[in-house]
Amino acid sequence: MTDAKKQTTPALSFGKAWDYAPAPETTPVPLQKSYDLFIDGDFVKPKSGKSFWSINPATGKRLARIAQASEADVDRAVKAARKAYEGAWGKMPASERGKYLFRIARMIQEKARELAILESMDGGKPIKESRDIDLPLVAAHFFHYAGWADKLDYAFPGRKPQSLGVAGQVIPWNFPLLMAAWKIAPALACGNTVVIKPAETTSISILHLAQIFQDAGLPDGVVNIVTGAGDVGAALVEHPDVDKVAFTGSTEVGKKIAAAVAGTKKKLTLELGGKAANIVFEDAPIDQAVEGIINGIYFNQGHVCCAGSRLLVQEGIHDEIIRKLRDRIQTIRVGDPLDKNTDIGAINSKEQLQRICELVDSGVEEGAELVQPSSCELPSEGYWFKPSFFTGVTPSHRIAREEIFGPVLSVLTFRTPEEAIERANNTCYGLSAGIWTDKGSKIFKLANQLKAGVIWANTFNQFDPTSPFGGYQESGFGREGGRHGLAAYLK
Amino acid sequence: MSAKSAVTEFPVPAIDQVGVQERAAKFTKRSIKNEAKLAGLKMAVSMMDLTTLEGADSPGKIAQLCRKARQPMAERYDCPPVAAVCVYPSMVAETKRHLAGTKLGIASVATGFPSGQYPLEIRLDDVRDAVAQGATEIDMVISRGTFLSGGFETVRDEIVAVKEACGDAHLKVIFETGELQTYDNVRLASQIAMEADADFIKTSTGKVSPAATLPVTLVMLEAVRDFYYATGKKIGVKPAGGIRTAKEALQYLVMVKETLGDDWLTPDLFRFGASSLLRDVEFQIAKMVDGNYQGGDYFSLG
Repeated sequence: MTDAKKQTTPALSFGKAWDYAPAPETTPVPLQKSYDLFIDGDFVKPKSGKSFWSINPATGKRLARIAQASEADVDRAVKAARKAYEGAWGKMPASERGKYLFRIARMIQEKARELAILESMDGGKPIKESRDIDLPLVAAHFFHYAGWADKLDYAFPGRKPQSLGVAGQVIPWNFPLLMAAWKIAPALACGNTVVIKPAETTSISILHLAQIFQDAGLPDGVVNIVTGAGDVGAALVEHPDVDKVAFTGSTEVGKKIAAAVAGTKKKLTLELGGKAANIVFEDAPIDQAVEGIINGIYFNQGHVCCAGSRLLVQEGIHDEIIRKLRDRIQTIRVGDPLDKNTDIGAINSKEQLQRICELVDSGVEEGAELVQPSSCELPSEGYWFKPSFFTGVTPSHRIAREEIFGPVLSVLTFRTPEEAIERANNTCYGLSAGIWTDKGSKIFKLANQLKAGVIWANTFNQFDPTSPFGGYQESGFGREGGRHGLAAYLK
Repeated sequence: MSAKSAVTEFPVPAIDQVGVQERAAKFTKRSIKNEAKLAGLKMAVSMMDLTTLEGADSPGKIAQLCRKARQPMAERYDCPPVAAVCVYPSMVAETKRHLAGTKLGIASVATGFPSGQYPLEIRLDDVRDAVAQGATEIDMVISRGTFLSGGFETVRDEIVAVKEACGDAHLKVIFETGELQTYDNVRLASQIAMEADADFIKTSTGKVSPAATLPVTLVMLEAVRDFYYATGKKIGVKPAGGIRTAKEALQYLVMVKETLGDDWLTPDLFRFGASSLLRDVEFQIAKMVDGNYQGGDYFSLG
């Protein structure tokens, strides 16, 4: 490993000449000691009586007990969803459905601060991001789909779109509330009912969202939440009375779900892993590209399926980019997720930290050079990883092929646009890509040839409810967001 | 304009407008509290070029300003003096008299400030005259009309000539970014000025709106960084005009700290050109020391 400070002189110094004082978020939040399942409009104990701990990854300490759902609870939830679909929700005029969604969106805005804090406590992400990115997008998704509820005929002219029934949804831990919004809002707008399972490490915020559903008067059973680990998800997607399965998570689990759903009537959409190429040409706006690289890989601790984890740099600017990245990572602040100045928070779980460490070790063993900031001190408790990047990576390195899902960037080079395309497409994934150049024609040429569902030009990791999101190949299929996102919940 | 520009020795990269504005906005999200806030505010005072550039400036006004510059606040606040007093050439001698025995800089605008629309010889005489009267820092304006019509070599040669006329006085080169309009122009002007041996690059005269903004200053800080990488020379940056609140001043300091690092957190390499900023900084320092805001009557005029 080399120290990012060790570089050719003259060197900039990012020390403590004027250090920021701690700026902790102090708004009190109504964190409960334990959380039950949310079924048929009520918070109910699991039939098994079992529960498990949700851990604060920034301390490694227990935060709250979460109910452990069993197959019987999943069945109860699906029955409640079916009853609601055939009852109040299914018969409700579309414009009325829209009103509920608008009301939920407004209530999310009102409670945004407390939800953001809960999200950061339970998931480890910096409050700056949960406050300024996650929560505003959560509300925006509900607003967007609220507007579509009574306009579905116009979304698909010439068709008479019909709802599907009960949607079984399984979401990941990297954007707990945002993924819930991506799944729940379009499903409800299209007239479906929902049973959703959050990731076992991040169940808390969605259960506070459930309180908003209650307060909004959403009819019982329209949204049901079952908490637990992979077995609960399996029970949900395999339940015979589920009409639609939507999953966001790892490619490994996605493949199992695809196999489980094969041969049934269930509709399926999958949003899986990625290993996005972020391509920087010599004629790029260099300083903005450096920021795009930083945002592309270190946003949300790198726990982002569309993270720009493979940096492809044109050879002529490789050294300049590396030098700027070395300096830039010195200014990234890692630490307490609830400090308003934190840029990178805690790694979501011990397991994920182990996986990151394992892949980083493989990078070092395979001969790539690891660069980390010299002055970055990590807290003694909890799960942390320094913002890191590898130079000297070739396409055959494991760190160039496998999804690390952490704050670790692999830097590769290319010489011509053709080579950039070839290298970018040399992956089993295909979720996102970035192109950096001042030349518009090059952007369009590349965008046409890159196999990726989302392509950003001279920016990265921008999300908007109007814009469809989804992948190619092992990154999954189906689109979420925008008009396209409605199609997954209609027949 | 990327790669090599014909007039500069080093490459001038393209600037993406959306990207630079997005980055600048992120600096405003830093939360500066408690001891960091107080230290930042005092640092801001120490970096201030306390300025008066009015047709109505008179010896009395200069005396008032210089006294304020030497000791901005009552002793118990432990507030440092400002970096320099910035005046028109006709006020340099008066300023020198009032600042005698201090380390404060005597900055004079020159070269036909603020428009620069005068023959070169007159502009150079303006500089020589200000220096002869005691100016230790010269704030020149570039010929924006010449720049915008593509006369980059002329702009460069004029800066070189002004620098020569400055002698030992420090040269700050004002671009009037509000008239250059694009970030690409600002980046190119920065490169030209640095290669022409400017000691400082400065955003604005304060007479044109928009004056200093965070994104335009960021473009200049990044140009300074690249020049330092390439040559090892440390060039200073001075945003001027439009910075009126303590909060904004702290945002600029955050941006300097996270772009150029510790070495630039000094009046030798970063200045605020301001006439009304000091007052709000005083309010905030007093609030932090005394625990409550005080009425305007408790702060002396500058």
